[in-house]
Amino acid sequence: MKQNYDVVVIGSGPGGLAAAIAAKRAGAHDVLIVERDVEPGGILQQCIHNGFGVEALKQDLTGPGYAQRFINEARALDVDVLLDSMVLDVTPQRRVTACGKQAGLVELDARAIVLSMGCRERTRAQIRIPGARPAGVYTAGTAQRWVNVEGYMPGRRFVILGSGDIGMIMARRLTFEGAQVERVLEIMPFLTGLNRNYVQCLLDFNIPLQLSHTVKRVLGNKRVEAVEAVQVDERWQPIPGTEEIIPCDTLLLSVGLIPENELSRQMGVRLDPVTGGPYVDEGFQTSAPGVFAAGNVVHVYDLVDWVTEAGLIAGRSAAEFALGKTGTQPAQRTCVTKAGENVRYVVPHRVDAEALTRGPVKLQMRVLRPMEEPVWVEARAGDDLIARHAERYARPGEMLSLDLPQKAYDTVRRAEILTVNVVRRKS
Amino acid sequence: MEQTDTLICITCPMGCALAVTHEGQTVVRVTGNHCNRGPRYAQAELTDPRRMVATTVKVRGGSKPLLPVYTAAPFPKGRIFELLDALRRLEVDAPVRADQVILANALGSGIDVLASRDMA
Ligand SMILES: Cc1cc2nc3c(=O)[nH]c(=O)nc-3n(C[C@H](O)[C@H](O)[C@H](O)COP(=O)(O)OP(=O)(O)OC[C@H]3O[C@@H](n4cnc5c(N)ncnc54)[C@H](O)[C@@H]3O)c2cc1C
Ligand code: SF4
Repeated sequence: MKQNYDVVVIGSGPGGLAAAIAAKRAGAHDVLIVERDVEPGGILQQCIHNGFGVEALKQDLTGPGYAQRFINEARALDVDVLLDSMVLDVTPQRRVTACGKQAGLVELDARAIVLSMGCRERTRAQIRIPGARPAGVYTAGTAQRWVNVEGYMPGRRFVILGSGDIGMIMARRLTFEGAQVERVLEIMPFLTGLNRNYVQCLLDFNIPLQLSHTVKRVLGNKRVEAVEAVQVDERWQPIPGTEEIIPCDTLLLSVGLIPENELSRQMGVRLDPVTGGPYVDEGFQTSAPGVFAAGNVVHVYDLVDWVTEAGLIAGRSAAEFALGKTGTQPAQRTCVTKAGENVRYVVPHRVDAEALTRGPVKLQMRVLRPMEEPVWVEARAGDDLIARHAERYARPGEMLSLDLPQKAYDTVRRAEILTVNVVRRKS
Repeated sequence: MEQTDTLICITCPMGCALAVTHEGQTVVRVTGNHCNRGPRYAQAELTDPRRMVATTVKVRGGSKPLLPVYTAAPFPKGRIFELLDALRRLEVDAPVRADQVILANALGSGIDVLASRDMA
């Protein structure tokens, strides 16, 4: 290990691995990944099911299998990896402090940094479930790690709150291991995960799903004995008389992921309150010069394929910054993206028109409300339509994207704001 | 006797709700599909439903107590629990390489079960 690096990547999930690989390929000499776990791969190592890589690699891989390809590639490119070391601090001058059992306290200087710390799960406290505090309430991801990596079953009879992909995948996994999954409850009136997981994880094993339902109370003193489920109205208010006691010994929460940005916050990187991640430009540079971000740390992706893609862009940008090819002068003219009709957020938050001279720029966004009808995903500068494409539907659980074409250069250069809308497509 | 069942097509993320009218295992009519892959999916679901299976097996001397494994091809749905039982009884020795065969020709299906990752 060295003291000075061109690029230091924090986190070895698919975002970090891709960033390190791209940084090397773009000519960065010394590239280091710092990872707090004892092995690289990030959260993928516990996602043992298949379904990874279908979009980007055109292959249906398991989580560990997907990670393995990128671990092998990083190794082949001589990326340095410091394992079992937690990054404690990063300064705007790009000094990284890490600490681990093996390596002790380490201080490094980087010309560029890629933040790729992933995300963490929302916990019970964050969704305020009343009732006693018995053992047996865990996040679905924690249970996933126990069952798939450590070999430990956290219970026998489960209720899962949240119909996101992790919750549904755990419902099947626990069934495979001989447990009984009594119910999956979802507060929204629609499924929040993918249809394919609903069919293959719940329907296949007759696990009942109840939409517009939540947990009102957890019962039990030492250990969970039951949960009280209740139906909710459009404003998420419990409907009296619909309560039901469901006996179980474990409640799993699959109620959302939050980008992991303690380090970013400490160093003063500006964060978007909607995504929970840093404001980034089209090269994934944050508000701190030379500090880039990739993957779930920016916004929560539903497919790992796009995490890899974002990591590749961030890594390349970081290498270019480290090599002094960019960033020496402030961007000529950046235009801000704005969430318009039925759009919750847009990433990147800013686009430098000059980037369009090199290729199209991809915008990614999520809708607020599901639209089960043909839609346009469109970007406008004032009244000018810059780009649009058709989708057959739009759902909050499935990220949308829109390419700004190179020919939009002139418009984007003059524009201050680009508004992205998802609107009905009239036939 | 004709019978109509609802199936959700999972060939693409659209997830069309298919109303499948069939006589035994023969599809008579499918509605609700947005493309012609829907009826094909319905036919396969009626005659020979298959799923990819991913689980873990015990590993001796590895960096972790469990090795994730997966079926090299979709496996007959009706025999998944039988397969899981067979895999639960298995114990392999580290080191293991990704895509190494862990259980060949599982339950005589012609499908191998492979390691998902390297494990030292
Ligand atoms: C429980 C869970 C299950 C998921 N299941 C699926 C799924 O089934 N399918 C799917 O497509 N997506 C799934 N996801 C989403 C998944 O996280 C992304 O697809 C992808 O793994 C994100 O990659 P990443 O590199 O951004 O983050 P991660 O894979 O989370 O990697 C982040 C890495 O950073 C490390 N790190 C964090 N902070 C520090 C620090 N301070 N110092 C050093 N290292 C640090 C972490 O240890 C971790 O290895 C899941 C997410 C979670 C949380
Ligand atoms: S019928 Fe066609 S459009 Fe509908 S889910 Fe199946 S593959 Fe997709």
